[in-house]
Amino acid sequence: MADVKVPAQRHAFARPLSPHLQIYRWSWTMAMSIFHRVTGVALYLGTALVVWWLVALATGPSAYETARWAMTSLVGRLILFGYTWAVFHHMLGGLRHFVWDFGAAFERGPRMALAKATLAGSLALTVITWVVGYAVR
Amino acid sequence: MAQFSLPQNSKITTGRTWDKPATAHGELAEFKVYRWDPDTGANPRVDTYYVDRGDCGPMVLDALIWIKNKVDPTLTFRRSCREGICGSCAMNIDGGNTLACTKGIDECGSGAVKIYPLPHMPVIKDLVPDLTRFYAQHASIQPWLKTETAQPEKEWRQSREDREKLDGLYECILCACCSTACPSYWWNGDKFLGPAVLLQAYRWLIDSRDESTGERLDELEDPFRLYRCHTIMNCANTCPKGLNPAKAIAEIKKMMVERRV
Repeated sequence: MADVKVPAQRHAFARPLSPHLQIYRWSWTMAMSIFHRVTGVALYLGTALVVWWLVALATGPSAYETARWAMTSLVGRLILFGYTWAVFHHMLGGLRHFVWDFGAAFERGPRMALAKATLAGSLALTVITWVVGYAVR
Repeated sequence: MAQFSLPQNSKITTGRTWDKPATAHGELAEFKVYRWDPDTGANPRVDTYYVDRGDCGPMVLDALIWIKNKVDPTLTFRRSCREGICGSCAMNIDGGNTLACTKGIDECGSGAVKIYPLPHMPVIKDLVPDLTRFYAQHASIQPWLKTETAQPEKEWRQSREDREKLDGLYECILCACCSTACPSYWWNGDKFLGPAVLLQAYRWLIDSRDESTGERLDELEDPFRLYRCHTIMNCANTCPKGLNPAKAIAEIKKMMVERRV
């Protein structure tokens, strides 16, 4: 199978590209696919935070105090809350793909239910984690 | 890299609103239809039409034909069988890809019925996309029976069970609704084969009579041709024949793993 070649077209004006994202109706599976990609990128940034925290921990009390102050500030806690959600959402998304890798849950009902469960589950796990975190503090 | 916005020459402008019919036999339905005229080269526009439901059949294709006959003969679209078997009238209706001939006007949401060509394709005119690449990709998977053993005297025999493996695959009419609904195909359509062609590839991979399974898998073992599928599922959500290309692709991925162990 050679790479697909398309003959050059001759026409007076360059053909426009038909609209796509602009007009396509969103579905749960499409939205959760995009969320999976977005949370995957967010995990890189979150990992940088973890590295910062570990480096500060190894550096000494004053560096650690700066990191602690930043991460326990209101903005810091909001970012960590978002990071927690990104971890859970990406993890559940990965499990969803794991199920699909067996050829299961491809029918309409299951695939939509899985997509919705990914979002609901990640939000629930995030809230539970923070409630438990504050409770045991 | 994916380009999310439309190129400058493809941005859509406001079009003309055509007159309502002078005398109506029933309710009026509003249609907003994508137009592009290759003779002027001006940017695409969306025209508004009013269709007399009392004088028009129930399907979106009926409405398009009604508009072409009664309002605007320049409106251009493909159609042939009007019963969902030729795949010619595939287009984006009410935000999803489907066949105009099997989509009821009443099935579309409230408000105007919005009609665009199949997404992220070069437009030849109005609702007619250029499917050259799509067909070339189909040809590239060699969609025919490939055998090495001597030709049998009569037909190539197949058990009932093996024949049943083709159910849900052979019904594909190659309308391109699924491929042009797929964001991966939008961003990588030059290298990714897309759901329709991969479903066709699987149709030959699991045909018990085909003796080229290994070579077929070799050809698909590629980061783009097969593995750009990220299971977004727009293909299965949109298929007007109720088929499941996403599942067919997953089965190909399973075959890739199984032959390695």
